[in-house]
Amino acid sequence: MNRTSLYKSHLKLGAKIINFSGWEMPISYSSLIKEHNAVRNSAGIFDVSHMAIFDFKGGDQAGFLKKIFANDIDKIKNKNKAIYGVLLNEDGGILDDLIIYHADNRFRLISNCSTREQNTEWFKKHAIQFNVEVIQRDDMGILAIQGPKAIKRVLNSKIITSKVKNLKSFECMFEEDHLYARTGYTGEDGLELVVPNKIIESLWMGAIEKNCIPVGLGARDTLRLEAGLNLYGNDMTADNHPFESNLSWTIDMNNDKRNFIGKQALLRVDKTKCKKLIGVVLKDRGVLRPGYKVTHNNGKGIILSGTYSPTLQSSIGLARVDQGYKNNGEVVIRNKPLKLSFVSPRFLRQGKISS
Amino acid sequence: MSDIPGDLKFLSSHEWVRIEADGSATVGISDHAQDLLGDIVFIELPEIGQEIDAESDAAIVESVKAASDVYSPLSGKITEANSMLEEQPETVNSSPFEDGWFFKMTPSDLGELESLLSPEDYNETCQD
Repeated sequence: MNRTSLYKSHLKLGAKIINFSGWEMPISYSSLIKEHNAVRNSAGIFDVSHMAIFDFKGGDQAGFLKKIFANDIDKIKNKNKAIYGVLLNEDGGILDDLIIYHADNRFRLISNCSTREQNTEWFKKHAIQFNVEVIQRDDMGILAIQGPKAIKRVLNSKIITSKVKNLKSFECMFEEDHLYARTGYTGEDGLELVVPNKIIESLWMGAIEKNCIPVGLGARDTLRLEAGLNLYGNDMTADNHPFESNLSWTIDMNNDKRNFIGKQALLRVDKTKCKKLIGVVLKDRGVLRPGYKVTHNNGKGIILSGTYSPTLQSSIGLARVDQGYKNNGEVVIRNKPLKLSFVSPRFLRQGKISS
Repeated sequence: MSDIPGDLKFLSSHEWVRIEADGSATVGISDHAQDLLGDIVFIELPEIGQEIDAESDAAIVESVKAASDVYSPLSGKITEANSMLEEQPETVNSSPFEDGWFFKMTPSDLGELESLLSPEDYNETCQD
């Protein structure tokens, strides 16, 4: 079993530990709902060092990333920015979702924990023809500090340079080997800090001393779901293409000359007929869970992610459904049909309930 | 672990039962169970008048993280459900052995109490 550098600190803070894709990670420290609300109302800090960090050396790195990534890194190149997108296989199936950062003339890539080995092999296989060396940064970890007061508390804590206050959403900067980015997985303002394992505990403790509340993976899941952010392995797998995963916006086909892996398969998808990933709100009492069956006037579907939303104070979920739906449908929970309303997956915008 | 009241008997699946002075039985889930579940957000209670067998599912409890069946420690007829939990399911987190009870029943066979765990024995199963 793998542990992050902060494992002992999690235990000291009273965390309940779970096995997350082979990693012993904190699911919550006190109450999941309190941790969730701390991020929505003030600031929370997450240890997400289980995520995979990749650097690249030599060769044509831009060419390599333009081939394996369905979004176009020209949008971030030399702009000190981060970009979200997916890796596809030749059939257009989603192999992973990830963020690529570019600043100071260097790329860094962060992908999921469960796909670490698969991605490493995939990157190495395709990097050869671009003479790029793929470097796994297991010597580094990641802290996410998220919430409306996140920036202020990071500045107060003085754990990193105050220059981070100049970063706009999805901008990033390197300071030597450290990467600081105004990104996150909660739908709130905040920062993600990629720093060496050997100093991560001092940053973690420094932020906690300035009232950043430690938040576990349990609240990370409810926060990302309220923000309508997919979870790889749950809401999409290699069996799904981006158009049925609410990720059309991450597919960049503007450059005819750019032949990224999976592009030809995506061109064959009939977008008017494929399933759609939507947000659902349960209008009756209960809690939506993955696998529950959904029906609507013109078809059916399935719940992919489902939970109780502390902000909306009702159950919400993501569902993949046949097209032809209107504003509502039904879900079957323990043999009982219950009412759903169909909405945009972004249940919250900037931390506020979408109208 | 908080103290378990001595007049309770347990299933290893974390349900408790208390025989009241009038011979009725009150059922709930343990402090250990609510702690494992985390923030409880939904409870489905049995219907009054329902006949139920010992160790069969009588209620549902859902936390943010997971759904779980609640089994009846005894056989009998449901006489009352704690409907306050439908509006305030978090009461089970704050008061699992008192205000957070699930339902009351008229037991049909008090001999079934013999096969239930004492607080000490139940506590031991939680340490495993």
